[in-house]
Amino acid sequence: MIDLSALTKRYGSFTAVDGLSLTVPRGELFGFLGPNGAGKTTSLRMIAGILRPTSGTVRIGGVDVVKDPTAAKAKLGFIPDRPFIYEKLTGIEFLRFVAGLYEQDGPAVEHRSRELLALFDLEEWRDELVESYSHGMRQKLIISSAFVHRPEVIVVDEPMVGLDPKAARILKDLFREYVNRGNTIMMSTHALEVAESMCDRIGIVQGGKLRALGTMDELRASAATGTEGLETIFLRLTGENAARELVEVLNA
Amino acid sequence: MPDQAAAVGDELPNPALLHLLGPKWLTARARAMSGERGRGARFTLLAFLGLGFWAFIFGMLYRMLVYFRNATDIGALLAGKLLGLMLVSFMSILLLSNIITALSSFFLARDLDMLVSAPVDWLRLYGAKLLETLVHSSWMVVLLAVPMFSAYGVAYHGGWLFPVIVVATFLPFLIIPTVLGSAITLLLVNIFPARRTRDILSLIAVLAAAGLVLLFRVLRPERLARPEGFRSLMDFIVLLNGPTSPMLPSEWVQQAVMGWLRGPFDLLPFYLLWSTAAASIVLGALLHRGLYARGYTKAQESAQTFARDGMMRKIIGAVLTPFGVRRRELVLKELRLFFRDTTQWSQLILLAVLIVVYVFNIKYLPLTGEGLTFFIVNIVPFLNLVLAGFVLASIAARFIFPGVSLEGRTFWLLRSSPLSMHDLLWSKFWVGTLPLLTLALGIVGTTNFLLKTSEFIMWVSLFSIVLLTFAIAGMAIGFGTLYPQFETENAAQIPTSFGGLLFMMASVAVIGGTIILEARPVYSYLSARVYNTETSTSEMLIGFGLAATLCIAATIVPIRFALRRLETIERG
Repeated sequence: MIDLSALTKRYGSFTAVDGLSLTVPRGELFGFLGPNGAGKTTSLRMIAGILRPTSGTVRIGGVDVVKDPTAAKAKLGFIPDRPFIYEKLTGIEFLRFVAGLYEQDGPAVEHRSRELLALFDLEEWRDELVESYSHGMRQKLIISSAFVHRPEVIVVDEPMVGLDPKAARILKDLFREYVNRGNTIMMSTHALEVAESMCDRIGIVQGGKLRALGTMDELRASAATGTEGLETIFLRLTGENAARELVEVLNA
Repeated sequence: MPDQAAAVGDELPNPALLHLLGPKWLTARARAMSGERGRGARFTLLAFLGLGFWAFIFGMLYRMLVYFRNATDIGALLAGKLLGLMLVSFMSILLLSNIITALSSFFLARDLDMLVSAPVDWLRLYGAKLLETLVHSSWMVVLLAVPMFSAYGVAYHGGWLFPVIVVATFLPFLIIPTVLGSAITLLLVNIFPARRTRDILSLIAVLAAAGLVLLFRVLRPERLARPEGFRSLMDFIVLLNGPTSPMLPSEWVQQAVMGWLRGPFDLLPFYLLWSTAAASIVLGALLHRGLYARGYTKAQESAQTFARDGMMRKIIGAVLTPFGVRRRELVLKELRLFFRDTTQWSQLILLAVLIVVYVFNIKYLPLTGEGLTFFIVNIVPFLNLVLAGFVLASIAARFIFPGVSLEGRTFWLLRSSPLSMHDLLWSKFWVGTLPLLTLALGIVGTTNFLLKTSEFIMWVSLFSIVLLTFAIAGMAIGFGTLYPQFETENAAQIPTSFGGLLFMMASVAVIGGTIILEARPVYSYLSARVYNTETSTSEMLIGFGLAATLCIAATIVPIRFALRRLETIERG
């Protein structure tokens, strides 16, 4: 469903994403991990059509995001890591607006919006301006907006940030149910336990390149970590020295 | 751990004032040193325009002061009065600007969470924020004051010590309204939540400005120029001799400066200025110590934010349905954001007042009486188009030009959706153009009616203003997209950018070009009416055709460029 081929993004002499090739099939929840500055957000923003690749291609359901952006984006929902939403719209108006961007309106959108707001405990806040929402409430609203138009693919950057435990649990169930229905999610997160428990496959990037790719078992085998969890695999692949150095700094 | 506790107990950290101001200074330096493309050209153009402005102010004032200097009895009095009047205006501007700036620097700035949670002494926080407020709210007045004092210094031979005298008087003059403005804001925030205070303040500022403009105009100061207005020269001199308001710092600055220039030199104004500035800082600091913590807490609260738009959505939604769901929702979004933001719609009040003043001026134009021919009576409404065009360009700069810049932080949503940038510009263009067109037709129609123009001039004016409105809106969208200000949150600041300046220059060029192209056929028509000859149809077609072509090109070309630019803008 998501097909990346030799995807590259350069900013002057700095290469943020370096020849990334990856396929996420329909019905998969894919975890996209990596240390800070690894190129995760840049990759996701290229998939969402916000940034143009320097070279390489992004296909959503077989449609090239650069060549036919409207058709590709119609299949997609995007949840960014630092969302800003129109402060002077109410929650329900924001959902209507997002649905409108996908040419959807009417009773179906109203019904879906109400369901999503109720799911995330935002129903009482539906007619309040977004400017009065807390960080977590905004995050819930953004997540709702990504589902309101029923996309086939959701690309999500750090979805758990700011969510309370109940909302985090709802989101996990929602993601799983959504994928079980044949849709696709590509998710970047630093919460390794979340990735380990939720994702069907995981890709680890560092320095803009894909370092490891596979199911948990495949990653354990490639990192030779026995039965260890994702944290050990992640540190092994991305440089566990950094963690040791951190301990030394704290002891100093 | 006990060691650490002891260390903290011995000496509490307390960063110095300069340390607190460090990030501001470093940010300003980084911005000045950034190698952004076209910065050199931009700087040169702004410097050129700035120097031109300075030269204009200096030249005008200097000529006036030289004229005063030669009037032996009342010259110095007039110069002093003029200085006093300018300083009173500066003080009102400074006070208002400080009240508004203090709200953001003391209560809404993004660095406050960090500073308030850090072990920063309250007095140092006050000092840092007061200095920040002073710089942000006073720089424009300082820039205006430079040519003003230079003109006085040169005209009255102030000598090399004059700049020192000016700095010694002007610095406390800037400090006093800063402390006063900050204190007023502190009190207001303690009464209302900060976000509501911002709304109230913007409304007060606009109403105050509107009231002043209206009052000034309705007084019709031009009548004072008539000699029969003065009953006695002695009355006039007595009036000039008396201080306008002896308790105002502006009066002290005027006395100090004029005392130095014309004598007798007196130190009292200096004592008054500096002692008042020092005392106000002490009192301001005490007030800050007592009320800031409570006010800052209140500033975190938001105002009532419930909103529902039943009828509006239904009516406008129904009207826009033929244009598709996407465009309808974009237009509805634009309208909601505009009317729910007090800082945006409140400026419409000022706009309404300016239009009233404009129509008032037209109404009182002396266009009846001897020596005024049919020709002049018809040429004035034609030239009225230039003024109407400027009014429209200023409105477009404020309300249409910032449109794309304001989408900067929501670009992630617009770009990740199947929305075409064409649709986005379409909504921005029409939401801006239709009200502008209504206004344009209203202004030109009313003023032409008041001027009792001929039918021909009425039609030419309406035809031209429609074309000019489209051209101005097209250029506002175009330049606003080509020179976006994505990082600026305040929409009112966006038109003052380099792109805003270019837009205004382009608008002036198109308005001028249209009028020049239409001048020939209008002249030929009016001549034909006066001398009872035939009008040339080909001249009409060429003149009006070229004007229409210019306006259509000015509408379409910038939007085309904007579309291309918008499709390539990347906001990482």
